[in-house]
Amino acid sequence: MAIFLNKDSKVIVQGMTGATGMKHTKLMLGDGTNIVGGVNPRKAGTKVDFDGTEVPVFGSVKEAMEKTGANVSVLFVPPAFSKAAVVEAIDAEIPLAVVITEGIAVHDSAAFWAYAKSKGNKTRIIGPNCPGLITPGQSNAGIIPGDITKPGRIGLVSKSGTLTYQMMYELRDIGFSSAVGIGGDPVIGTTHIDALEAFEADPDTDLIVMIGEIGGDAEERAAEYIKANVTKPVVGYVAGFTAPEGKTMGHAGAIVSGSSGTAAAKKEALEAAGVKVGKTPTETAKLARAILAG
Amino acid sequence: MDLFEYQARDLFAKHGVPVLAGEVIDTPEAAREATERLGGKSVVKAQVKVGGRGKAGGVKLAANPDEAVARATDILGMDIKGHTVHKVMIAELSPEIEAEYYVSYLLDRTNRTFLAMASVQGGMDIEEVAEKTPEALAKVPVNAVEGVTIEKAREIVAQAKFPADVAEGVAEAMVTLWETFVAEDALLVEVNPLVKTKDGRILALDGKVSLDENADFRQPEHEALEDKDAANPLEAAAKAKGLNYVKLDGEVGIIGNGAGLVMSTLDVVAYAGEAHGGVKPANFLDIGGGASAEVMANGLEIILGDPDVKSVFVNVFGGITACDEVANGIVQALELLASKGEKVEKPLVVRLDGNNAELGRKILSDANHPLVQRVDTMDGAADKAAELAAAK
Repeated sequence: MAIFLNKDSKVIVQGMTGATGMKHTKLMLGDGTNIVGGVNPRKAGTKVDFDGTEVPVFGSVKEAMEKTGANVSVLFVPPAFSKAAVVEAIDAEIPLAVVITEGIAVHDSAAFWAYAKSKGNKTRIIGPNCPGLITPGQSNAGIIPGDITKPGRIGLVSKSGTLTYQMMYELRDIGFSSAVGIGGDPVIGTTHIDALEAFEADPDTDLIVMIGEIGGDAEERAAEYIKANVTKPVVGYVAGFTAPEGKTMGHAGAIVSGSSGTAAAKKEALEAAGVKVGKTPTETAKLARAILAG
Repeated sequence: MDLFEYQARDLFAKHGVPVLAGEVIDTPEAAREATERLGGKSVVKAQVKVGGRGKAGGVKLAANPDEAVARATDILGMDIKGHTVHKVMIAELSPEIEAEYYVSYLLDRTNRTFLAMASVQGGMDIEEVAEKTPEALAKVPVNAVEGVTIEKAREIVAQAKFPADVAEGVAEAMVTLWETFVAEDALLVEVNPLVKTKDGRILALDGKVSLDENADFRQPEHEALEDKDAANPLEAAAKAKGLNYVKLDGEVGIIGNGAGLVMSTLDVVAYAGEAHGGVKPANFLDIGGGASAEVMANGLEIILGDPDVKSVFVNVFGGITACDEVANGIVQALELLASKGEKVEKPLVVRLDGNNAELGRKILSDANHPLVQRVDTMDGAADKAAELAAAK
């Protein structure tokens, strides 16, 4: 089962022929991802060889979908061209678009989100500025290292890439159903709540780990959602307790403004919803272990 | 990036938002000519990125050019809530004011849309209005694709219950303000107050603009708006090297890969510091996924150049980049710094985990650098770094 991505997913890569796209397409193929094509209008009709696997390049997302039945696109398109690439994916109505690109202007992400909404949200957008998602042993759509952990029964949703890897590593012996990096930008397509809802419905997930960070109120809203809708145990971690007000901590969305968006407020909200919140990533992993051990 | 009032005024003027004349100066003597150009009278306004400057004495009227020089002399160098005044704006005197309003556009993260805010209660702190009389602040979602047409602006103005005699003028100003918001890739444009003068004009008397640095690639003019005087020298040096660095006020220098992991590292060091005399992290530094020797050397150079730093904690989780590459990077970075004649005297605690961790750890052990200590867990390494900082 898993969420959003499985062994039947047919993946295309927008921006595959660039340096980053090439590197990660090779890695994704190595993790068993069924990559059926790349998209680049200037190289349409050519093929790219990845250690013996030939991947065809198509002129558009629409063409790639028609010829291959692709249902997932991973985007490694530079920030200046990302809005057009996401709009193309939305127009083609591909069910899932995973936007890895970091540094997209807010006016662009707000515009493609508004566009997706006006088209009835037929395309689920993950990211931007995210590591993508992995269903270990089945498929990997993005840049999460495929060899950290194995298939298992923990679901993970996180704003941060490296904290996703850290948590997968801490719990690598137990394994994961799916791990989703939703990204640290102010406007993102898939939220903590979307992933919580999917993990709650996924029969292969027994426990959910949720990683948040300072900025915005997504964790507070996730806490409310958990209280009302999630029956599976949830363990949480929030980064940024020591972040000062008004300073952006690496992610464009990670900024404490006034009294809102603090890590303390997020932790409090999650605990009030019955979520066990760890002080450090290691302690969070211990909490998850204790719950799974009964 | 938050702008000064004069920079906001200039952007408003560029996009047709009605503003008064004004120019920025940084010496008292320049106030004379600027005031003469305005017909002999002016308002001298301190340029600081903090509210409440009027109450602090940072805004004064000048009835003639001599008075403008005197007021500029008073205000330049003044401290307003910890901000030193380096520049003043010499602005045209406003015609008599009949009413003060508030208008802005910003991102509503929660609803993933833009938002227009408008109120007929302007001139005061808008957070106070929102708290005490929330019904007096209209909040209208603006679709990023559709934008603000004159019809949409009229809807906003109607929701905020502007009086009929100013409604059309305010709506027109709202359209030009939206143009500023979009054309400049702003995260916030705010006019407070927007005024109605006795002679019936609508004017933006003071404003705030915050720009999105992710849009710098298509906003070449924005670089000139950066306040280079105010930047911390270490932050400026890091920015020049393309590093994501924020100076903090503790003693443990931090280098890590990935924004979330580095934020988490700051927290873990602060917790560990509680047992070691309250030492704290000295900075945020994310060297990104790659963590090559060169980037590591650049990062170490910035951190070792911070006189507040007593020890350094390098916290790397090897994902795509394997730990052996990172370990080689650290060893080469130290050699690189030594060959450049940099004094490397502060102890480094290194924690490597993830992809090829064993190999990376072995490289560090074999290099046997006198200042480098290996601790293999994040919590343990944070404790060691805090202990070393406290012992200095």
